[in-house]
Amino acid sequence: MYFSGSLLTTEEPPGREGCAVVLGQKPRSAAQQRHSVTATVSKMAGADGDDSLYPIAVLIDELRNEDVQLRLNSIKKLSTIALALGVERTRTELLPFLTDTIYDEDEVLLALAEQLGNFTMLVGGPEYVHCLLPPLESLATVEETVVRDKAVESLRKISQEHSPVDLEVHFEPLVKRLASGDWFTSRTSACGLFSVCYPRVSSTVKAEIRQHFRTLCSDDTPMVRRAAASKLGEFAKVLEPEYVKSDIISLFTALASDEQDSVRLLAVEACVSIATLLPQEDLETLVMPTLRQAAEDKSWRVRYMVADKFSELQKAVGSEITKNDLVPAFQNLLKDCEAEVRAAAANKVKEFCENLPEDNREQIIMTHILPCVKELVSDTNQHVKSALASVIMGLSTILGKDNTIEHLLPLFLAQLKDECPEVRLNIISNLDCVNEVIGIRQLSQSLLPAIVELAEDAKWRVRLAIIEYMPLLAGQLGVEFFDEKLNTLCMAWLIDHVYAIREAATCNLMKLVEKFGAEWAQNTIVPKVLGMANDPNYLHRMTTLFCINALSEACGQEITTKQMLPVVLKMSNDQVANVRFNVAKSLQKIGPVLDSNALQTEVKPVLEKLATDSDMDVKYFAQEAISVLALA
Amino acid sequence: MKCFSRYLPYLFRPPSTILSSTCHTEADIISTVEFNSTGELLATGDKGGRVVVFQREQESKSQPHRRGEYNVYSTFQSHEPEFDYLKSLEIEEKINKIKWLPQQNAAYFLLSTNDKTVKLWKISERDKRPEGYNLKDEDGRIRDPSTITSLRVPVLQPMDLMVEATARRIFSNAHTYHINSISVNSDLQTFISTDDLRVNLWNLEITDRSFNIVDIKPANMEELTEVITSAEFHPQQCHTFAYSSSKGSIRLCDMRLAALCDKHCKYFEEPEDPATRSFFSEIISSISDVKFSHNGRYLMTRDYLTVKVWDLQMENKPVETYQVHDYLRGKLCSLYENDCIFDKFECVWNGSDSVIMTGSYNNFFRMFDRNTKRDVTLEASRENSKPRAILKPRKVCVGGKRRKDEISVDSLDFSKKILHTTWHPHENIIAVAATNNLYIFQDKVN
Repeated sequence: MYFSGSLLTTEEPPGREGCAVVLGQKPRSAAQQRHSVTATVSKMAGADGDDSLYPIAVLIDELRNEDVQLRLNSIKKLSTIALALGVERTRTELLPFLTDTIYDEDEVLLALAEQLGNFTMLVGGPEYVHCLLPPLESLATVEETVVRDKAVESLRKISQEHSPVDLEVHFEPLVKRLASGDWFTSRTSACGLFSVCYPRVSSTVKAEIRQHFRTLCSDDTPMVRRAAASKLGEFAKVLEPEYVKSDIISLFTALASDEQDSVRLLAVEACVSIATLLPQEDLETLVMPTLRQAAEDKSWRVRYMVADKFSELQKAVGSEITKNDLVPAFQNLLKDCEAEVRAAAANKVKEFCENLPEDNREQIIMTHILPCVKELVSDTNQHVKSALASVIMGLSTILGKDNTIEHLLPLFLAQLKDECPEVRLNIISNLDCVNEVIGIRQLSQSLLPAIVELAEDAKWRVRLAIIEYMPLLAGQLGVEFFDEKLNTLCMAWLIDHVYAIREAATCNLMKLVEKFGAEWAQNTIVPKVLGMANDPNYLHRMTTLFCINALSEACGQEITTKQMLPVVLKMSNDQVANVRFNVAKSLQKIGPVLDSNALQTEVKPVLEKLATDSDMDVKYFAQEAISVLALA
Repeated sequence: MKCFSRYLPYLFRPPSTILSSTCHTEADIISTVEFNSTGELLATGDKGGRVVVFQREQESKSQPHRRGEYNVYSTFQSHEPEFDYLKSLEIEEKINKIKWLPQQNAAYFLLSTNDKTVKLWKISERDKRPEGYNLKDEDGRIRDPSTITSLRVPVLQPMDLMVEATARRIFSNAHTYHINSISVNSDLQTFISTDDLRVNLWNLEITDRSFNIVDIKPANMEELTEVITSAEFHPQQCHTFAYSSSKGSIRLCDMRLAALCDKHCKYFEEPEDPATRSFFSEIISSISDVKFSHNGRYLMTRDYLTVKVWDLQMENKPVETYQVHDYLRGKLCSLYENDCIFDKFECVWNGSDSVIMTGSYNNFFRMFDRNTKRDVTLEASRENSKPRAILKPRKVCVGGKRRKDEISVDSLDFSKKILHTTWHPHENIIAVAATNNLYIFQDKVN
């Protein structure tokens, strides 16, 4: 067999390095370090055949080291251990030991559960894969959900490697044991295993599996019912069509009317998969009553789930039912008394409208959906409004130019004036959809005050957000409008009292220059930026330098050499050291843009002078610039 | 099980007195006591932040009378004193409440809380130990690596039972005020933690966020007239919880109706009798504990002088009212002066909801049989807790003439108070915390 060669084929050759690789480089306490390393050094030096066992011996011993990191490391190298032990000893010694090692920390157990999913070859191939079931079975009963889920995932994986006979002899009994376990942890794990063994077992066993699933669907503990509900769709997919109708539908109906809303809401998800499995003519009688009931459930969490899964449901039930049932249901969700539900539904407005059958999409939207949307624009809850604002612009592409101008535009304008900045931002960030349909001019009159207000918002995070949309807006609005209305704002941000805003404003200028070109920069922003070099506030003078750093490349050699460089050089005499060392940094930054003549005759003398500055930092950055620009 | 009411006046005998240190410090004072859902385990928390878990002895043929004795199973430090540097506030380690989770595997889980932080503890057993190292010999000496010619896989060998307690989750940073209660939901997925002004909802698996579901903090703290004193989930309906207030009212909330439960769906309050109105009315009407009955039909509340039982279907008055120590009504003034009037007594139901128990002063505790309307006062003290002795009912005399065996109101010891009690979920076994002593009494066998 391919792994019967040298133990360390996957590792470095034996010796100190090899050992270090096996041991890993995890932090360890000084005492442990001393112990393993001295042992390693003294013995590994005389490398011969037997030494190859040493690193494995260390790994095995560290499976139970007091340090979690070392245990974890050993578990992650479990395949190396198994390879060294050989398939026989792995089956008879290592796996029994691991089966009882479920007392460990979660992260160790998680790693173990994951490793065991890839262990088939290490225990001797598919013939012996069932040896992996006991340790995974004990891991599937621990209280920690992530570990259990990982164990189930590995069990699902290795189930595929079982022969049909082994599946019935070994795997299926395990599923039954878990399904009838005393503790709900094991029963929840069982729920995830039915669907993988069902397709590959005999019809008698199939009947048993269906029975077990039925039992778990009416388990006493809500934990198990939740697990069953969340696997219902998956299980339905592997069932024969007749059983979907006879078994699954009744289970689905029962779970969907469970006394606990935490169970009912999971049935909504199952609804999507079940609906796709049934022929259209059965949906009305088998699924729709339950779905209608869920959409009007007393518990807002269930209705929220319906709203959240609305697009999937819509696709699953098809256009006819959508028209008759889902449209009114969606209207109700948009008018729900709970804001969480309204927000979830508002988020789906665009997707829902997009997926409506095209033949009477416009009519449905105009008569049924739009009136609700209009109400949401003035909702009392800001989360609802901002959810709507993030998708509402998308409706314009669906409704076309005339409807957009007549019906949607007033809504956009209202939202642009909303008291909540998030709503306004969401509208502004999605301007491109509208631009495509009606052009932005229609909006620009209202847009401007909204932008100005956001630009001057008291919260710097709001200001930051609007700055980030500036390049986008500039692209949409065009250079003329921008120069006229927005340029002043962009310059004002450069002297904001919050550094993050000044920094973002600098970056924004660079993007604008990339968009509008060097000539525009030279005429509109460069003079203003350079003017700040004489500002009495040294922070503003530094902003000039930061802008130059950002702009030099976009503006090109000529503007940089002729206009920017003189200003930078002049600032090398600034009385504030912070400005002077930023001059050094700027020169380093713009150096590559300049020609060698300017570098030698203008930059070099200034840097040399700065290199003898009385301030330590100025000296340091000047010297750094000299060496980077190779001026020495 | 025997019908409990027949035994009421002479029911309990103490099999043992546990956890009584002769010289106790403040840290030893028991601050909460709670049976788990099977009654097999009993946990106490104290002011020193420790949790002690007792386990019931299995019945043995050789010593049948030992059945039911609870012995220490595990002791661990749940909370440590802390200091909040931002608010310059000391955070006591005192355990305010313990709640057990229903058993989910071989280990046991409980939630414990101090004023600010809730912790989920796992208590598990280990009876096997791996043996056999490659690099060490049996005595722990390091072997010469050159002698390692074969690999040894450790083998698990039986060992003495070891019980470990590990903190699995820490739910912190969600409470500005002091947590007064925690309650696990019947969906086994969530729990609530309640402080003076807010109720937060947590997922048991998620520690980095919780949802605020009730907030009664007024915009201006000067307008504050009411605080939340306790809250509990309904035992079966996962969407219903109740919280009590310092004004003597209870609000029932339905989490299905809205994400925020600021609006209650039921409001239980008894109009005040103008005849008994006094300076202390408001203080003594403050509810110190609220408990749903096991069947979920009733709510029980404890205020300073009474226990009330409310039917969930009737909001305007309680269906039953029991006087716990009405003889103190005349002494409210001195109880106010020594701060006793602010003591927070808890109350419990028995397993079948037919009997109610709550504490009083002088190490007395009271039981009320709801069917026969009989009541009894019992005393938790060392003198009468000899094994197999039967608790004698005690009487407090109110009038001038004192009969034998009676105690006059003036000689009650107000420093000995029984605030925390718990009742076994299925059997007549009770645990009573009296300062630093925990008394466990059980139904007379046979």
